[in-house]
Amino acid sequence: MLVFLIRRIAQSAIVVAIMSVLVFTGIFAIGNPIDVLISPEADEAERAAAIARLGLDLPMHEQFLAFARNALAGDLGISFVHGVPAVQLVLERFPATLELALLAMTIAVLTGIPLGVWAGLRPDSKAGKIIMAGSILGFSLPTFWVGMLLIMAFAVSLGWLPASGRGETVEVLGVPFSFLTANGLKHMILPALNLALFKVSLVIRLARAGTREVALQDYVRFARAKGLSPARIVGVHILKNIMIPVVTVLGLEFGSVIAFSVVTETVFAWPGMGKLLIDSILLLDRPVVVAYLLVTVLLFIVINLVVDLLYSLLDPRIRLGGAKA
Amino acid sequence: MKQQLSILAGAFAAVLLGGQVSAAELRIGTAAEPSALDPHYHNLTPNNTVRRHIFESLVDQDAKQRLIPALAESWRTIDDKTWEFKLRKGVKFHDGTEFTAQDFVYTVCRIPNVANSPSSFTLYTKGIDSIEVPDPHTLIIRTAAPYPLLPVELTTFGIISAKAAGGETVTFDKAGCKADSWPSTQAFNDGSLAIGTGPFKLAAYRKGERIVLDRNPDYWGEKPEWDKVTFRPITSEGPRVAALLAGDVDLVDEPPLQDLERLRKDPKISVVETLSNRIIYLALDQAEKTPTIKGTDDRNPLRDIRVRQAMSMAIDREAIVKRIMNDTAEPAAQLLAPGLFGTNPDLKFSYDAKRAKELLAEAGYPNGFELTIGTPNDRYINDEKIAQAVAQMYSRIGIKTQVDAATVNVFFSRRNKGEFSVFLGGWSAATGEASSPLKSLVATRIKEKGFGPTNYTGYSNPKLDDLLTKALATVDDKEREKLLAEAMKTAVDDVALVPLHYEVTSWAMRKGLSYEPRADQYTLAYAVRSAK
Repeated sequence: MLVFLIRRIAQSAIVVAIMSVLVFTGIFAIGNPIDVLISPEADEAERAAAIARLGLDLPMHEQFLAFARNALAGDLGISFVHGVPAVQLVLERFPATLELALLAMTIAVLTGIPLGVWAGLRPDSKAGKIIMAGSILGFSLPTFWVGMLLIMAFAVSLGWLPASGRGETVEVLGVPFSFLTANGLKHMILPALNLALFKVSLVIRLARAGTREVALQDYVRFARAKGLSPARIVGVHILKNIMIPVVTVLGLEFGSVIAFSVVTETVFAWPGMGKLLIDSILLLDRPVVVAYLLVTVLLFIVINLVVDLLYSLLDPRIRLGGAKA
Repeated sequence: MKQQLSILAGAFAAVLLGGQVSAAELRIGTAAEPSALDPHYHNLTPNNTVRRHIFESLVDQDAKQRLIPALAESWRTIDDKTWEFKLRKGVKFHDGTEFTAQDFVYTVCRIPNVANSPSSFTLYTKGIDSIEVPDPHTLIIRTAAPYPLLPVELTTFGIISAKAAGGETVTFDKAGCKADSWPSTQAFNDGSLAIGTGPFKLAAYRKGERIVLDRNPDYWGEKPEWDKVTFRPITSEGPRVAALLAGDVDLVDEPPLQDLERLRKDPKISVVETLSNRIIYLALDQAEKTPTIKGTDDRNPLRDIRVRQAMSMAIDREAIVKRIMNDTAEPAAQLLAPGLFGTNPDLKFSYDAKRAKELLAEAGYPNGFELTIGTPNDRYINDEKIAQAVAQMYSRIGIKTQVDAATVNVFFSRRNKGEFSVFLGGWSAATGEASSPLKSLVATRIKEKGFGPTNYTGYSNPKLDDLLTKALATVDDKEREKLLAEAMKTAVDDVALVPLHYEVTSWAMRKGLSYEPRADQYTLAYAVRSAK
């Protein structure tokens, strides 16, 4: 287990190093942030002063070395746009994104798995076909469009839910969460649904395919012959055996929901991380983009680790040995 | 049945939302968000908008950008280089301390000392040579040369409290003021130093989410109608309009053109608009060699005034305004909307494709040439579409034109490197008068004078430079206006740039609110009123 962890961490460090070089040079190549940031009224002296203030007057390799030195000391730099530490900016946005992602994933699991198993057990029934048709829609409709549609229906026409933004929040250990207030939850419903739609479809497909395969296995027939209740067969023997692919995909999806749900966050003006990333790229706010992606890499590493641990819980045959990992 | 359902739904919503909307709360959906609440950190429209609610300046501008007194009650020139400002008495900061001349001194001192500022306000303080404080409510400001724009420039930055920042003893020094430390941007963001004299106090600031302001009960001026104001950044156009329609917000800025028609017809919404101080123009590179023109044996045809005239005449501005801008713009003949200070009422544009073709032939290009126009595609309203339309109009007179569109961060970098022979640009005259576009866009680039920082065309006419230099040193308003109008005529006669149109800025709000639309595009909550 320990060897496994150490190896993982070493691999991740290499990933982080390569990625920071790529991001740094990539953004450097797009353009000079000062061109976007400075007031057009500024004259040349003003411009030169601003460039020097932000350290953009140095050649690229020196900028990178300065960045790398500070990064190793744990300082990822100050945002060009906001003038505050980049990591702080990213972490400030984290709770909003996390709670939305969790709600969306919960919706995806709670509706996707039952529907998928149902469709897998009765593939030729009307309900099974309707579920599959629905999942195709969920896959193919563009998120942006669905989001606008949800807003038009539930906020503008019916007036049941707020159109956008984050509602009231309560601080838990100094971290603001909105799912604990009625108002906050109301603000979360539409964006979470919008985010969940694609995931639900994905989970339905995985669960259905798994169920169809597992349902025909000998041990299921044997369980049935032994006279186990259908509920126990489905709930234990089938469900447990279809979960590995579902957990793998959900893990990856969870990571991407947190890091890259830009469209939903934009449509619903949700103050999350995805939106910060896009805004920072547009303004060439290099420290924030780099900090953001580092946090994201870290996040994926943790999620993958959790997924691996879940494997071993779901399937006792899997061991997290140092030798084979 | 349907009717009943929707009534039920409405009642349900009312119960759900009950208590949330009080009569004296105003919620504003904005297209852009300030990068910080520090009033001196970033010279950017959204920052300056929020700043005006919390921190006031000595002088202010009304909706038409005419100067009005703010923290300074009155001002006069003692001689061409000396100004006296009489400060308002009895004005209190949000923490209860009194506003005095020292606060102004400290503010001017702090402006060059903002760490990491991406766009500093030193632009507006460097005219100040010395400051004298004969008594706590009088300021004598001297400038090195006659500096008529001083009162205008004093409208651009907000005054912070010297006492709150521990700067009661700081004195002004042109070479740099001395202080143990200067307040950080963070201290303004977290509210500890967000102490101004403005009509509102900062209640909460959550980046990306909302800025909440409470009314300042001790405000010296007209008290705003709203107890509480919330600014919410909703950067996407569609969702911003949806939030207004759903009643989530009471007012939005920059409603998208394609929705304006619908919003105007909606009985629950009202729309206001005004001509802005922004001009959309084409810049024509007049250097010896130019990168994106082909078929001219390496000569730059844009150096010939006849070609430039042809390229102005070939554009059907009215068609652009009508078809592409949905009539939410005005065709332009000069660099700032007529009526604003220093513009020239005699300048007209003309559209004559036939004459344009003749001019091209006279200049030696009967078969035209090949041209690529650079344009941003997410900076100005419908920027890329405008460039496409211009390209078609040019192709009609024989200039085979292509459009090279890019997102702002790429576009500005490429433009600044001189990669375009012709590009589409926009200019907002922050000062609301003609010296702003003249000085930045068409004056010869002279670093010492601060002339021509955005003059990427290489256009240079000593006559214009002289007129402008003279205007900028003429304190008499009438005389200065005449000189500026003359300089404007020179630029237009030379076709230094091709003006296309002035943008119109709009606001949409729920019925029952009114807002006097502003040329400077600011959305000011204290100027929003409910109809009685």
